[in-house]
Amino acid sequence: MSAAEADGTGQTLQNASTLKSEERRERMTFFGLSLPAVLGILIVVFLPIFWLSSLSFYNAAGELSMENYERIFNSALYRRTFVVTFQISISVTLICVLLGYPLCYWLTKLPDRTSAILMVFVLVPFWTSVLVRTYAWLVLLQRKGIINSSLMSMGIIDEPLQLAHNLTGSIIGMVHIMLPFLILPLYATMRSVDTDLVRAAVGLGSSPRGAFWRVFFPMSLPGLFAGIVLVFILSLGFFVTPALLGGGRVQMLAQRIESTITVYSNWGAASALGVVLLLLALAVIWLMNRVFGLDKLFMR
Amino acid sequence: MDQVGQRKIDGLWLIVVGIAVLFFLILPTLIVIPMSFSGASFLEFPPTSFSFRWYTAYFMSSEWMNATKTSLIAAALTTAIATPLGSLCAYGLHCSTPRIRSSAQILVIMPIVVPVILIAVGVFSLYAKLGLNYTLTGIVIAHTALALPFVIVTVMSGLQNYDFDQELAARSLGASRAYALWTVTVPQVKFSIQTGAFLAFITSLDEVVISMLVSGGENATITRRMFNSLRDQLDPTIAAISTCLIVVSVGMLVGVQLIGRRKGEPK
Repeated sequence: MSAAEADGTGQTLQNASTLKSEERRERMTFFGLSLPAVLGILIVVFLPIFWLSSLSFYNAAGELSMENYERIFNSALYRRTFVVTFQISISVTLICVLLGYPLCYWLTKLPDRTSAILMVFVLVPFWTSVLVRTYAWLVLLQRKGIINSSLMSMGIIDEPLQLAHNLTGSIIGMVHIMLPFLILPLYATMRSVDTDLVRAAVGLGSSPRGAFWRVFFPMSLPGLFAGIVLVFILSLGFFVTPALLGGGRVQMLAQRIESTITVYSNWGAASALGVVLLLLALAVIWLMNRVFGLDKLFMR
Repeated sequence: MDQVGQRKIDGLWLIVVGIAVLFFLILPTLIVIPMSFSGASFLEFPPTSFSFRWYTAYFMSSEWMNATKTSLIAAALTTAIATPLGSLCAYGLHCSTPRIRSSAQILVIMPIVVPVILIAVGVFSLYAKLGLNYTLTGIVIAHTALALPFVIVTVMSGLQNYDFDQELAARSLGASRAYALWTVTVPQVKFSIQTGAFLAFITSLDEVVISMLVSGGENATITRRMFNSLRDQLDPTIAAISTCLIVVSVGMLVGVQLIGRRKGEPK
């Protein structure tokens, strides 16, 4: 090996290591570009929530205690709130699946153009304010609303049904708000299912129903699961629709937290309720991450 | 023969359910539009007479106009802050190591999945210490944190479809990093950035729970006023306001789609 050659190799090695350290420095710079947004979210969203959570471990005298938790788990009022929250969240999720799955399946069987046009029927409500849609349901479901008057003129009922300002109204309104959150991930997954596989199953002697349940349905499960988790988690902490359509009779967790603070100024109890809600939500998010992968949200 | 009949029934059943669900989704959303043109002094559907009286009531009320102004300014400022910060964050995460990226992604997505009431109560107590409750600044800061994830997610998915070698090519031809980013990468993901900006605007404009606690007085947002008014009674003026809100969101949605189609950018 001549001296010049050895020098060349040394030069290359040195170049390579410079490049590497430069690349590392560059990656750090890039992460620096993300810092303002990441720090902003940390300070505005995370910091106050952690601080609030710490409040729940102090009693009124300012001593460390589990008093707040004992109170929320022993009082019938708070227990009722948990029961109602789960009742509503589970019913809403179930109804969304029953309505959303057939719709998505039908849409995937239609030609691309038609289904794209029909998806507007899902996207317009999705992008319309929750408050606007809740208002519409308040009008529709009221005692003299169109639903009661048409049921009465058809002779199905004699007396107007109590549809708003109760559990029924809250569930109807929430299903309307949540349904797009189930449809969007489910529809995306169904579209990516290779329908030739279903055809192959039928060609090999399976009945169309058997092919659906044993071939298509299992392949649509990831999307269905994502939708269910999304709807359930949003329902658990939902505020606006039950607050308006429940008419004060339906108290879900989020409303209980708000009224505990604004009406009773009981920050300890409110933050204990908040911690329970946060843990429930995190448990569901953790499950979603395990089964589905949160980063899938970034690859649409 | 039997199977064909069965399949037809299955198909028919699907169509009926599908159409019914689509109507369930769209009708209640659009029903406020005809109601807002009703001439009656109470809410009725279908309306028996036509008038603009609820629009007049809306545009003549200084309270509603004030709230509308606050909401529009807050939404515009939120968009102006969240769009560049979020896009920069997406670009930074896209280029950083996979490990940093995946943990930062989970952190950044949290404001979407954490119940808003918790963010609202937290921000409310933080602002109580800083004296930011009932100020425009306070609303904009909270809404920006809420809107950032939407911008980051859309721009990152745009960057995933973009061939990064183009930026490297520009730099190897002598462009500086910033120049290459601005003249080569940004134009290619412009549609994603516009979509992100649209999402940020709508997130702020339609946000209720944080505004309910944090905004108020002179700086009450339109959603806060609507929520409080709906708690008491069904004011038909809300139908007119709702129609305006629908027009804004759907109009912007259509606008973004049209821009995207003309540019011919995928997605």
